[in-house]
Amino acid sequence: MSLLIVKDIHKAYGGIEVLKGVSFSLEQGETKVVIGPSGTGKSTLLRCINRLSPPDSGHVWLDGVEVTDPKANINALRAEMGFVFQSFNLFSHLTALRNVRIGPIKVKGMNKDAATKLAMEELERVGLSDRADAYPAQLSGGQKQRVSIARALAMSPKLILFDEPTSALDPELIGEVLTVMINLAKEGMTMLVVTHEMGFARSVADEIIFMENGVIVEQGTPGEMFSNPKNKRTGEFLHKINELYGETD
Amino acid sequence: MAFDWAWLPLLAHGLILTLEITVTCIAFGIAVGIVLALMRVYGGKWLSIPASIYIQIFRGTPLLVQLLMVYYGLPSWGISLSAFTSGVLALGLNTAAYQAEYFRGAIQAVKSGQLLAARSMGMNMVQAARYIVLPQAFRIVIPSWSNELILMLKYSSIVFSITLLDLMGVGKRIASHNFRYFEVYIVVALFYLALVFIITQLLRLLEKRVHIPGLGETAES
Repeated sequence: MSLLIVKDIHKAYGGIEVLKGVSFSLEQGETKVVIGPSGTGKSTLLRCINRLSPPDSGHVWLDGVEVTDPKANINALRAEMGFVFQSFNLFSHLTALRNVRIGPIKVKGMNKDAATKLAMEELERVGLSDRADAYPAQLSGGQKQRVSIARALAMSPKLILFDEPTSALDPELIGEVLTVMINLAKEGMTMLVVTHEMGFARSVADEIIFMENGVIVEQGTPGEMFSNPKNKRTGEFLHKINELYGETD
Repeated sequence: MAFDWAWLPLLAHGLILTLEITVTCIAFGIAVGIVLALMRVYGGKWLSIPASIYIQIFRGTPLLVQLLMVYYGLPSWGISLSAFTSGVLALGLNTAAYQAEYFRGAIQAVKSGQLLAARSMGMNMVQAARYIVLPQAFRIVIPSWSNELILMLKYSSIVFSITLLDLMGVGKRIASHNFRYFEVYIVVALFYLALVFIITQLLRLLEKRVHIPGLGETAES
């Protein structure tokens, strides 16, 4: 059984349907990348999965438990799904270390010493153990995003949702974040990544999902998608992205 | 024409009562004000409307009227409170309305992504408010909240009108004995001025102490 199953998700904002029936699944240890033009509902899709924006209809199952069940313990389910935001959203009043350990302490009830140790390990994993005592405002964008990945990792999630994790970064800071994500994928973390980083998609994704106007137009392995897209729109989009961002690998 | 220093111990007593009233009503105002602010921001229609009505009423009517209603009005409903309790209650209910608005502004000044991040890691609404939003809001609110504290210290002087011998009440009594209104009220005013000065310094210290880089300044997340 798939770790994540998304079935026929619909979502409208103010009468405009952003998602028009999206279905896919994600296996344990798999990395899927969602690409597509802006405003096609990619970020909304991620927020429907953990119900930060509850879908209007459709179903989501995480490891066999229905997330969209109104009786589901949504907080417990969210604790199993990491979420990495485009704008980082690190807690401004907490140091890097406290940002990472607050979830384990307050949500999972871990004791402070164990959580501190865990947080230091996760900061080490993203290469920032030397910045443990820095406040978010004292970190660069790339460092902030790495701390926010460490914060997600500290919850030992079953999967991590990435919402355009490098889009708010200066070009020279993108690499450090992608490196961390590539390593995570190699270590077998299950990841669903919305991104415009085609280099990342091509080298790391097990499958690429191309979305446009609220539906999945095409999905397939990077090889299929880049060299031989079945749908005309997929080819056009990839061509345009290539012109805009250039080849990154 | 010199001030009669024999009155000083009495004034000191008044000073202590002024401080007691101010501290108690401010503490009451913080507690009620935070609850009202949370009701307004997160409470939905059913909680935010009653909170708004409360705030409108207590900000829209004179403090003196509120005070006299509590002390002289409530007994006709069978509720007789001591002068001290009446004073603290009226001032507390009033400052709660103002503080609620300051807290509301501060809570809304916390970036929405902060709450989103807290909820996305599995915190419930109470945890997110307590561990993430309020600690930031408290730091943001200090400057405007400081004004309210200083105002309340000075406004507390109206409790002389319900027989309390606070700094103002003592001053009035002394003046009506020796008819040296000018000297007495100058001394009373200087006492308030000194208190305000001390409190301002303490608040500045507090602000520095809890300061966090990037918070309360115009910095990004």
